[in-house]
Amino acid sequence: MMFDPGSSVRVKDDWPETRGPVHIRTPHYVRGMQGTVVRRLGAFHNPEDLAFARPAALRTLYHVRFAQPSIWQEGRAGDEVQVEIFEHWLEPA
Amino acid sequence: MTILETDSEKLLAALRNVLAAKGIASPAEIAERIAITDSASPGQGARMVAKAWTDPAYRARMLEDGAKAAEELGIPMRGMPPLGVLEDTAEQHHLVVCTLCSCYPRAVLGYPPFWYKSAGYRARAVRDPRGLLAEAWGTVLPDGVRLRVVDSTADYRWMVLPLRPAGTEGWDEARLASIVREGDMIGVTIPRV
Amino acid sequence: MDKDTPRAHHDLGGAAKFMCEAVDTAPHALTDFDKEVDAIRGILDTKRLMTVDELRRGIESIPEADYHRLSYYRRWVRSITGVLLEKGVVTEAELRAALEAG
Repeated sequence: MMFDPGSSVRVKDDWPETRGPVHIRTPHYVRGMQGTVVRRLGAFHNPEDLAFARPAALRTLYHVRFAQPSIWQEGRAGDEVQVEIFEHWLEPA
Repeated sequence: MTILETDSEKLLAALRNVLAAKGIASPAEIAERIAITDSASPGQGARMVAKAWTDPAYRARMLEDGAKAAEELGIPMRGMPPLGVLEDTAEQHHLVVCTLCSCYPRAVLGYPPFWYKSAGYRARAVRDPRGLLAEAWGTVLPDGVRLRVVDSTADYRWMVLPLRPAGTEGWDEARLASIVREGDMIGVTIPRV
Repeated sequence: MDKDTPRAHHDLGGAAKFMCEAVDTAPHALTDFDKEVDAIRGILDTKRLMTVDELRRGIESIPEADYHRLSYYRRWVRSITGVLLEKGVVTEAELRAALEAG
């Protein structure tokens, strides 16, 4: 899926770690969270597959911004966390 | 005990010998690689920051493509990951972390510092950055400055382009570079004279 | 707020266990051991024998107690050895022979 800068996205609330050996680069604290796409960072081979020397498809990488207090229920309003997230972890929100 | 639980020093020595015997990594290649890595240091990033402070066109290029901007200054970037530059403003401060491991802009800053790789930094930077900065570095942001933590989770490496401090008017690039510290380009400290 | 999630043990962002751990900001020079491990990993990458993704995955597979007990580059040695064994780049017999000759 392609997302434009400024669009609202939600990170999938998925936990592949519970189903077997994996290598995931989507940190736990953003799973299920809503954020805003800042920009498209480019296309890169999926690290989830590279980590196991499997053929790795190119996936679009996005920079996604989250409000700090929405993640932790603490922290200062206006503070943010920004994370590189691959397209297959994002849904429109 | 599995072989992986062997004492690390002994395991490294064994690995070194096997890799040399197989022509994969000779002692000369290892020494050469160490020398190349050693040549990267925070001074490289500091030169980029100093130039960006004095040259608005370079600043724009640096924000557009950090790796190309580094290469302009003779910093070797071939084969390196893309370099993103986070521009601090009067209202916005950035802090870089890798919560999942230790991804660091090594090509322009050298080896990551011990603290950057620590569990304490990786845990706290995304959740209580202001508390962490104040306690560990005495860094307190001015009123009204928002803090954005950038977690390096994928292919990019990130460095901060910090604010030029007051009291540096008329300084040349070399003098400006001399006050830019490693921590300033990660966001745990703020440049000062 | 502590999310009760099945986070992997290396996935440390906001992890309550480490929020109060004092951060040692003193400079720590890299040892010869550290630099050699770092160099070997770089060479393996350049020669396309092991990617940084495999390195990370290998580190993440270290059991939790060992992960936190081992220093940074000791985790690397363990990961590199494990991945190279897994891929048949080196064999256990070769390593054991080298350990014995050590």
